[in-house]
Parts: sequence; C-alpha cells; structure tokens
Amino acid sequence: MIELHIPWLELAVLLPALGALLLGRGGRPEVNWYRSVWFNGLTLVCATGAWWDFGTLHTWEAHDRWSVFSTVFGHEMLVIDELSAPLLPLAALLYLLTTLTTLRTKQRRFSFSWNLLSESILMATLACKDPWGVIALLTLATLPPAIELRARGRSLRVYALHMGLFVALMIIGYAMVERAGRDAVHSAWAMAPLIAAVLIRSGVVPLHCWMTDLFENATFGTALLFVTPMTGAYAAMRLIMPIAPDWALQSIAVLSLLTSVYAAGMAMVQHEARRFFCYLLLSHASLVLVGLELATPIGLTGALSIWLSVGLSLGGFGLTLRCMESRTGRLTLDGFHGYAEQAPVLASFFLLTGLASVGFPGTIGFIAIELMVESALDVFPVAGLAVIIAAAINGIAVVNAFFRIFTGTRHITTISLGSRPRERFAVLTLTLLILGGGLYPQPGIHSRHHAAMKLLEERAQSGAITDESLKRELSGEHDGDTEDDGDPEHDGDPEHDGDPEHDGDPGQDGAGGQEGGLEQEVAPGIEDNAEPSGAVRLGGDEVISVPPTTGVSEDTPN
Amino acid sequence: MNWDPWFLSLGLATVIAPTVLTIVLSLPALISRPLGEGTIARLTQVSVVVGLVSSIAILALMLFTGSRDVPIDLGTWVHLEEQDFHFSVLFRFDRLSVPFAILTFVLCGTISAFASKYLHREPGYVRFFVLFSFFQLGMIIASLAATIETLFAGWELVGLSSALLVAFFQERVSPVRNGLRVWAVYRVADAAFLVAAVALHHMTGKGDFFKLMGETPWPDGTTALASNQAFFVGILLLIAAAGKSALVPFSGWLPRAMEGPTPSSAVFYGALSVHLGAFLLLRFSPIIEAAVATRVLTVALGLGTALFATSAARVQTDIKTALSFASLTQVGLIVAEIGFGLYYIALIHIIGHACLRTLQLLRAPSLLRDYHSLENAIGGQLSTERPEEERTGVWLSHVWYRWAFDRGLLDAGLQRVFVDPFLSMFRLFDRWERKWTDTLSGGESRESDRVSAHIDSLEDLA
Repeated sequence: MIELHIPWLELAVLLPALGALLLGRGGRPEVNWYRSVWFNGLTLVCATGAWWDFGTLHTWEAHDRWSVFSTVFGHEMLVIDELSAPLLPLAALLYLLTTLTTLRTKQRRFSFSWNLLSESILMATLACKDPWGVIALLTLATLPPAIELRARGRSLRVYALHMGLFVALMIIGYAMVERAGRDAVHSAWAMAPLIAAVLIRSGVVPLHCWMTDLFENATFGTALLFVTPMTGAYAAMRLIMPIAPDWALQSIAVLSLLTSVYAAGMAMVQHEARRFFCYLLLSHASLVLVGLELATPIGLTGALSIWLSVGLSLGGFGLTLRCMESRTGRLTLDGFHGYAEQAPVLASFFLLTGLASVGFPGTIGFIAIELMVESALDVFPVAGLAVIIAAAINGIAVVNAFFRIFTGTRHITTISLGSRPRERFAVLTLTLLILGGGLYPQPGIHSRHHAAMKLLEERAQSGAITDESLKRELSGEHDGDTEDDGDPEHDGDPEHDGDPEHDGDPGQDGAGGQEGGLEQEVAPGIEDNAEPSGAVRLGGDEVISVPPTTGVSEDTPN
Repeated sequence: MNWDPWFLSLGLATVIAPTVLTIVLSLPALISRPLGEGTIARLTQVSVVVGLVSSIAILALMLFTGSRDVPIDLGTWVHLEEQDFHFSVLFRFDRLSVPFAILTFVLCGTISAFASKYLHREPGYVRFFVLFSFFQLGMIIASLAATIETLFAGWELVGLSSALLVAFFQERVSPVRNGLRVWAVYRVADAAFLVAAVALHHMTGKGDFFKLMGETPWPDGTTALASNQAFFVGILLLIAAAGKSALVPFSGWLPRAMEGPTPSSAVFYGALSVHLGAFLLLRFSPIIEAAVATRVLTVALGLGTALFATSAARVQTDIKTALSFASLTQVGLIVAEIGFGLYYIALIHIIGHACLRTLQLLRAPSLLRDYHSLENAIGGQLSTERPEEERTGVWLSHVWYRWAFDRGLLDAGLQRVFVDPFLSMFRLFDRWERKWTDTLSGGESRESDRVSAHIDSLEDLA
C-alpha cells in the first residue's frame, strides 16, 4: 500500500490525545480553552495535511509512513482512503470551531480534556478500516458522553441502554459475520445484529430516543460533536456495506427514509431549540443513510456529498444555536425572541446554514440533494418523493425556527449580544466552505463519485451485488478508470508505489490493463483462481468476462 | 458578420449584473460592515441599467439578425461522465425570456428608485436591498434559464426573498407569521416543481428543456413525453404554479404578503413574483398542451381563481389587499389564456398587467392624498354611498359576500384539512416519545420543558 509522506494520521490521533492528557490535570477554564484551541487547530492541520498528501498520491488508499500503530497492533490500523479523506478534516474543523466558539459562559461546563479525547477517538475511527478496530473505537467513543452525563448528575439510563445495546449487537453481529466468512453473502440472521447496531447508532426510528436524550442532558457541544460526524453512517460503510446483500441495504434505506420524514415532522412541533436541532440533524443523517444503502453509483455519490454538506451546514447551524444559548440560556420555540437586531451576523448564518442543509440552490447541499432524489427515484419512485417531502418540511422548520429565535419582537439588552471576533471567524470559514462548495461543486462531487465507485467495487468483490446492470456498470468504470485518473498505484510505476506486491504484477498487467478496478484489491483467493486474462471476479461463482480495452492496453506500460 | 461574441457578451452582462450586485450588497452585510444608503442605491441603479441595456441590446440584435433563439452556455457545472449526469448552466434568450427579463429590469429599476426614498433611514434599509438583489437575481435566472435545474435555482431565490420581505417588519409578530405562511406555501410549490423536474429528467434523461421540448423556439415546441407522462408532469407543474402565483386553493397567502413594505408588495405580488407561476406554465407550454386533461384543468384553475379573486377584491377593506386580489384576478385570466393556448396574449397580458399594478401599488400609500386632490379639484366630497342595487340583495348575495369577505375560507380550509392533522399527528408522536423516555429514564426526561434561561447567561453575568 502507498505511504503518505508524513505520518499525518498518527499525528492527528496523538495530538488531541496528548492535549487531553495535558488538560486533564485541571487548570483554569480560560487557559484550558486556549490550549485546547491550539491542539484542535494542530489536529485540523494534520487532518488537512493527510487529505492533501493523499490527494497528491492519486490512489485509493494510503497509510502513514512511520507507523507506530502498526508496530503496536501488528498490522496497519490507520489508513486513509477516498471515503475518509475529506471526513477527517471535516471532523477536525467541527471540533476546532466548537472549541473556538465556546464563550466564557460555557467554558466552566464544557470539558476540554474529554473533548480532545473524543476528537482523538474520532480521528482514529475515521482513519481505521479494520472492522474490529472500528468496533473498538466506536465502543470507546460512547464513553466520554456517558462520563459527562454522570458528572452532570443527569439520568444515564436512556443513553446507556441504547449504547450498551449498540455495542453488544455490533460485537455479536460482526462475530457472526466473521464466523460465516467475511467475503460471503450473509443470511438475514447473520446480518440482523449488525444492522440493528447501525440503526441504533444512526438513530433510526424507533431507536432514536437516546439522541434527543443526549441533547437534553449533555452539554450542547458534546452532543453536537458526538452526533454530527455521523459515525453511525461510517460504521454502516465499513461494517455493512461491503458484505450486506441488496435486500439488507434496501431495508435500512426504507427505515432511514421513514426516519427522515418522521424526524422532519417532529422538528416542526418541538418547543425547544436543542430538540429541534436534534430532529433536524436526525432527518438529514437519515438521508445520508438512505443514499448509502441505495447502493447505486448516483445514490452513493449523493449520500457521500450530503454527508459533507450536512456536516458543514448543520455543524454550523448547531454552533450558531450554541452561540445563542451562550447568550440567553436554553431557547424555547414557543414564542418570539427577536435577537436579529442584537446578533445580525448569527441570524444571517443561522439562516444560511439551515437553508444549506435542505439543499438551497447555490449552497453545498443543492447538487447533493439533486443526486439523491434522482437516485431514489430510480430505485423506488416513492423514495424520491419522500426525500423531497422531508426536505420541504425541514425547510419550513428551519425558517420557522429562524423567525422564532431572531424576529417577532424587539429584544432590549443592557449589553451587546453581537458576535465576537472568533465567532465571526467560525461563521466566515463555514460560509466560505458552504458557498464555495455550492458555487463550484465539481471537484467535491467528482471526488465523492470516485469514492462511491470504489466502495461499490468493494461490494462487488465480496459478491454482495446482485444487480447485473450495476455489475456491468462497475466493470465499465473499471475499464475507464485507468484512462482518466492516471492512478500511479496501479500503473505499475515502482517510483510511486514502492509496493512489491503490486509493482509490475504480471497478473494485473496480464489482465489487459484492468487497473484501478476490481482485480487490484482482490483477495489472494481470487488471484489463486487464476481467471483467464480479461476476466473479473465479482465474488461467489460469478465471473464477468471483460475484454481488454484496446486503448487502455496501449496506454499501460508493460 | 459573426454576431456570436456580441450575443455572448451581452448575455453575460445581463446575468452578471444582478449577480455582482447580490455579492457586493450581501458580503459586507454578512461581516457587519454594511454599505451606506447612497452607495447601495447607486450600485442598484448601475446593476439595473447594465442589465436592462444589455437585454434590450440583445433584443435589438435578435430582431436585426432574425434570431429567435440565442443560447448562452456557461459550461457544465457538474458532470459525472460515467453516470451521464450533467448539470449545465445554460441560458437562452427567446421570445419568452427576453420580454420577461426586460420587464424584470424595468420594474426592479422603478421599485429600487422608489424604495431608496420610501425607505430612507428605515432600520431595515440594507436588509431590504440585499433581499431585493436576491429577488432580482432570482427573477433573471428564472427568466433566462434553459435547464430545469437553473430555473429551479432562480425560482427558489425568488421564494426565499419574497418570504423574508413579507417578514420585513420583523419586530412585530404578524408580518413574521405571514412570512412563514408564504414560505410554507412556496415550499409546497417548490416540492411539486422539484418532483416535476426530476421526473422529467428521469423520463427523458434531459435537463435542458429546449431539448426536452424540441429544438423549435418557443412557443412552437413539442414534447417527447407520452400523454400520461405529460399529464403527470403537467399536474405537478400546475401545483407549482398555483403555489407561486397564489392560484386557488393557495390564494390565502397573497393578502398576507401585503404585510411587507409597499415597494416589495408592488414588485413581488403586483408585478413579478405573482406572475412567475404563469411564466412557468408558458415555459412548459408544450407539456401542458400535450394532455387535454391538463389543459382543461389549467383553464378551470385560471377561471376559478379569477372568479374567486374578483369577488374577494370587491369586498376588501384596505387598498393593498383589494389590489392584491385584483392582481390575482388578472393572473387567473392569464392562466386560463395559457390553458386555451393563447401564449402571446398571455405574455402581453403579463407585461401590461405587471406595469399597471406596480403603478397602482406604488400609489396606494398616497391614496388619501389623491382623494383630497380630487375633492379639491371638484370642489366637494366624493360620493361614499354605494349604488342602491348593491345594498339590496337576496340571501345568496349575502352568502357570497360573506364568503368573499372571508377570502373563500381557503386559508382556514387548508389549515383544517392539511396543517392541523399533520401537526396533531406529530404532537401525538411527541407525547408518546416523552412517555417512552420517561419510562426508560425512570423519571421526568424532559427538563427543557420547564427550564428557562441558565442563570449564567451573558446578560445575567453582566
């Protein structure tokens, strides 16, 4: 596997862990805040560095150069691939902005050390592809919020029940899958616990109550950072997507779709801003899950794009609400507060991020929602309609909340409630990303499409795809891949790769230049079968014969 | 001579002028450094003049060269080759888009000049012009769009700016509630439009509706859709148009929209925004034409709206509401004309009506002054008595009067049939969730219900 030039991933994991240790010794909240900003900032630099470095390598996945973790665990634990590459800086950015916008009113309640530890766990989770590693890290990630709930003297039962069930089902489910063999197409019984675990972590109705409870009882920052990175969807991608049969994915998609509409409706009737935000987030997170589980190239591209757009827009939306809470305390939505005159920047940003989340034109979510609707209509026409209904209701809910918090009356204050410079920095950063991604969406969409195709190829390798047309499409992508991406990993160029397993592999070159596609990552068992030149194994007993593409063969150095 | 570079330059100027205005006005406002009143007014004038001159020049060139259809392709915005997914930014200048763009610039120029005086030293001056610039941009994009997605983008911008301007006087509850109502109806219309757009994409694989409806310039296009497909898409387009143009049964939002400042009422609900639904039907006229049932429904919807609106307009007690219903009457007739296939008449009707209604609405605040001028001129009081035959009526006229006075009970009907059951259902779910989490947590799970502000909120600390 190709290596990054600098061990960005390990730095992104270790830096916040180090910060957590340092801040855990106590100290004044103001000093801890200051230090935390530095650690969060450096983590963002490392995560962005990993993304940038990975982008220069033109490969599907890469690992750190001097891997400390591989020495400890015996195999590569931290890997960056096209799925996780943009998610790492996104998560790090959310952590940094959350810390940065923590005003003094919140600094005494918000634990910076636990926050840094959570960031470290999240970075490790997003950089981990090993299933048991992901399971361990997801389990570990459930602890900091629980400790905070306990420290605040709040009821832990709802959260603990759900998370306990999640962890247990995840472990049992994956143990059952492993027992049957990772590359097999699994039965309903084998998949059920794993699917149930992902449904719980993603908050799919009726297993979502832990989420509202967390927003109710934890600090807003902790709840926001536990839910917004959508690690439930990440678990689905790493644990379920590669091996689940189509029916399993479609079942998750249907349940997620119902959740999306249900949560949108629930957002309309909430009396309190945090709960409203929770349902809004749940509705959008479910849309991500819908797209992921549709498992079509367009749907998956849309879902991965929505993942980023929702992370940015609802992350910003939540931060704005949190900033307002810092000034006013918990916000009810029963009346009108009229804060627009006092906090015009936050008001504008609240509206911008809220509308971006529902795919308003010109924002980062627009194309993503279009892709999702298009794909959903392809798979089930009713699903496309449901996505649109959910987006419409969410749009009404967002503007309703905006009107109730920022307009309707005049709020007279004795002090300025206007935004602070660091809040304006956060607002401008996210605004630039939301509008930049909306006005110039091609690079982002293209990158997500590439990631989607690779993920589908992984599914094809395990034989989980039964749709013949999709198989043909993937083999088409397979052919075209080398022509347009010039992937140095797969062109047999030893200067770029340095991986003796792949360099000049006669099996690959002999397959008519089928680089970058199904064969290149195929397990040894497939190599052993020694299919004839031009044949691509999709898993099980199915073999599709792909004739060597003349153009590709000519372009490929042999 | 090759006129293409001229067309391209002028076309770009038409689109870029409002775009630049929107950016220049909104970015400083976002970082709390808004521009001054004079600068805003001048920038708006420059933008309108550049856009107007460019669009008129394009019209002149089109007449001179005999071109009926000028595409301006700004390239592919998003493309996924393997999936054959393309999202083009394409504008077209034709017999429908050019008059609409010119009308937009003329009326926006008039209104901005009026508003710069009318709203002088108003606290929301900057906000008004920022939203106004979004509106102008949305109208131009929607008018000139050659792909469904581009049209949808403009459509959404118009909707958002409309709703926020209805809630312009944001320190009062009533405008805000009305703004929300307008937004909710627009979202329904948007949803219908989006389904129609995606369905069209799905059925034909094309987003460019000039390809979708044949290469023949408007209004002579034909659709490749089968009759049942055209009916399905046509119904969705009718719902979208009904929401945007306040046709029955969505008419209730139009008088509510009059809560906004007079300049925005004039340009939105008297002139441009209210005609956008009709514009949509004109743009997709080949699809409306392709199914007889859709045409019949279009005519029925138009005439029904006209009948309702003319009844309501006669019994309203304030001038802006009366004018809004009078405006709706004409919009209803325009929609009926589209249903009958009289596209050019509908287009001329829109232009004439928009100009007249803008003038009337802008004069509305000085109506009493006008009355006094008239009374001074005739040397006596104007008659306030209604004719005898209007006062004596049978019970039917009383019922009709009551129905018209209550604006057809359309708002109340929609509320009772759709909104209330929807909200009641989710409130019930919310109660169930509360019980469930109470059970799980072994006590009261929602402290937020009784929690007010934290004691250490910023104001308390101060």
